[in-house]
Amino acid sequence: MESALTIHRLQFAFTIMYHYLFPQLTMGLALLIVVLKWLGLRRGDAHYHRSARFWAKIFAINFAMGVVTGIPMEFQFGTNWAAFSTFAGGVIGQTLAMEGVFAFFLESSFLGLFLFGEKRLSPRAHFFTAVMVFLGSWLSGYFIIVTNAWMQHPVGYVVDAAGNVQLADFWKFLFNPWALWQYAHTMLGAVVTAAFVMAAVGAFYLLTDRFVAYGKQFVRLGTIAAAVASFLVAFPTGDVQGRNVARHQPVTLAAMEGLFETKKGAELILIGQPDMQNLRIDNPIHIPNLLSFLTYYRWKAEVKGLDAFPRELWPDNIPLLYYVYHIMVGLGTIFIAVSFLGIYLLYRKRLERARWFHWILMGIFPFPYIANTAGWMTAELGRQPWLVYGLMRTAQGASPLVSDGNALFTLMGFMGLYALLSILFLSLVMRTILQGPEPGEKES
Amino acid sequence: METFWFIAITFMFTIYVILDGFDLGAGMVHFWVGKTETERRIVLNAIGPFWDGNEVWLIAAGGTLYFAFPRLYAASFSGFYLPFIIVLWLLIFRALGIELRHHLHHPVWRIIWDRSFWLGSWLLVIFLGAALGNLIRGVSLNDQGYFFTPLWTNLRPTPNPGVLDWFTLLFSAVAVSTLMVHGANFLALKTGGLIQERARRIARNGWYALTASSVIAVGATHIIRPTFWDNFSRYPWGWAIVVVSLLAWAAMGWFSRRQQDGRAFLASSAFIAGMAAVTAFAKYPVLLYDMEYAERQLTIFNTASGAYSLKVGMGWWIPGMILVGIYFVYLFHSFRGKITAPPEDAGY
Repeated sequence: MESALTIHRLQFAFTIMYHYLFPQLTMGLALLIVVLKWLGLRRGDAHYHRSARFWAKIFAINFAMGVVTGIPMEFQFGTNWAAFSTFAGGVIGQTLAMEGVFAFFLESSFLGLFLFGEKRLSPRAHFFTAVMVFLGSWLSGYFIIVTNAWMQHPVGYVVDAAGNVQLADFWKFLFNPWALWQYAHTMLGAVVTAAFVMAAVGAFYLLTDRFVAYGKQFVRLGTIAAAVASFLVAFPTGDVQGRNVARHQPVTLAAMEGLFETKKGAELILIGQPDMQNLRIDNPIHIPNLLSFLTYYRWKAEVKGLDAFPRELWPDNIPLLYYVYHIMVGLGTIFIAVSFLGIYLLYRKRLERARWFHWILMGIFPFPYIANTAGWMTAELGRQPWLVYGLMRTAQGASPLVSDGNALFTLMGFMGLYALLSILFLSLVMRTILQGPEPGEKES
Repeated sequence: METFWFIAITFMFTIYVILDGFDLGAGMVHFWVGKTETERRIVLNAIGPFWDGNEVWLIAAGGTLYFAFPRLYAASFSGFYLPFIIVLWLLIFRALGIELRHHLHHPVWRIIWDRSFWLGSWLLVIFLGAALGNLIRGVSLNDQGYFFTPLWTNLRPTPNPGVLDWFTLLFSAVAVSTLMVHGANFLALKTGGLIQERARRIARNGWYALTASSVIAVGATHIIRPTFWDNFSRYPWGWAIVVVSLLAWAAMGWFSRRQQDGRAFLASSAFIAGMAAVTAFAKYPVLLYDMEYAERQLTIFNTASGAYSLKVGMGWWIPGMILVGIYFVYLFHSFRGKITAPPEDAGY
């Protein structure tokens, strides 16, 4: 069943990566919409309410996409990963069920009220519905992160007589130290995406001289939010998360960083290609001693390389893991640079006129999506060859009786269906952006 | 404690079928009650604010099933691999139909999405019914408690069956007729004029189809699973559920003839709940039968999560459900009343 396993992995990877394109925007945008509604209430400026309404339309399209591509995720635990579900359902079923009961109902009920209820509700009540949508989406994110964090760093469980894991300490499981940092890091990543998307739409309006008042507002709010979030996503959250990996998954850290040999004063590799035949980095550009310092705050500290671990514990796709990690970190650095440049321009009161900078903002929005995806790939590839770190191998988790032919059929079906979804999604979002936030200019 | 979760999950799936049932039913009769573009838009607006919240019940019920009986979740989802994935695709397709049609004012565009909404609704209901049939018929489990069932084999309910055979398709017919009446009742309640008249006619005539298919299905159950009524002789109070279901069945016919749409809708909801309760009562404590070996069947006891886990779950599930009840009452209250004139292409 070797080939079936590959197809199960590909299908999960494909469907989850596609799915996460949407929640990362909606979770970030939910926060920004709350900010817009709040500014509208505080300053009594109708522009903010209209902006919120415009972004709610984008939110709704993304939310619908997130829901329809999200249902397959929960199902696939059972359909494709039955052995894993039998093994771990006693623990992670807890958070998956709680997500349904607490987050999804909250989100969908209040989203309906938020979208259809602006005329029926008072401004304050409408603001309240926006807050509840935000709360629902961030709560949902938390339950998913706790689930993933448990797979990365299992806590609060016991193994029962049948060899399956069962929950032993609910609070330990729910407040897994790994989860808290991973959650902060992930949610800030989502805010980075939403902030750059907002700034990009604003830059587009300014460059085309349409909806200029809104364009300025979006660029301003987007840039500020992007600066705050891109900084926090690196320090402290990314930094601490990296040291969590060093402590609990040292072999993963070595693979991510491309460190083949254990050494004192390990260098930080910026660019280079892992060469798995000769077990070295080709064409490296690196900074001496920096990896030791970042990991242990000592320039000459010893960092364990891949050679310190038996091969069967190495992640099974080290080059890909190495690349996605470096892409995430590299892009994160660029986001900090660009958004801080924006803050500088804002401080000098040139943000609204600097057309060259608007081109940059408009062009940058796909990259947070890439960075978020690369970040998740780092987490998931880094966990290999384990499905639950130290407890269950990925190869043991797939459904025993689902043949490769059946799995391939559904993988191809998902690819076709999602290609169709992408076309429809893009055309809808483009139309919404072209129509703009001004109600008068609606085309019929 | 396992029994509590058995009831809780039955409850959640039943709510799902009642709620999503009316918008699925509305989808099935979409072209019969809505002859013109405007009428079809009214039909869609009647279910517009509700359908996605209704589907959340499916997700939440699935999550709760995973939590309480992980081994059953693993075995049944992988065993019914193709039908489950196809149901997913249908859910996506049908959602597209509802959400996309109003984005472009072009007849071809609208026909495409109306048709996919209609077709998605039909196929989903057929699968829902077949799922119920599979739960009553059982499957062929291996000694590890796993199985794999293709979509169909020779259409006969013998060991190593397909998902679809004459027995499970019989339950599809029950589901189609029941949800059609249920959806028509909902539309009659929410609309007026011609649409309401047509919906009432469907509800009236559908009731006969429902009666006929249910009688045949009950008879067939007697052949396929003769032990089905054993729990009722063991715990005679279970007959009360049967009596209530029969009353609901009679009330459906009575109220739709007297054009009391609200009461008819409540009656069809009660009938669905009754069918679910009868099935659950008869099966307890079995979740999935094996067609040959009784010792292989999956019950609530050999598939449940640890006792600690189940106890913790009660601590959040009960308050969670109370919250959900509040949301739904508020939501339905906010969008109460009839849909008459089609509002501006609502929302997004």
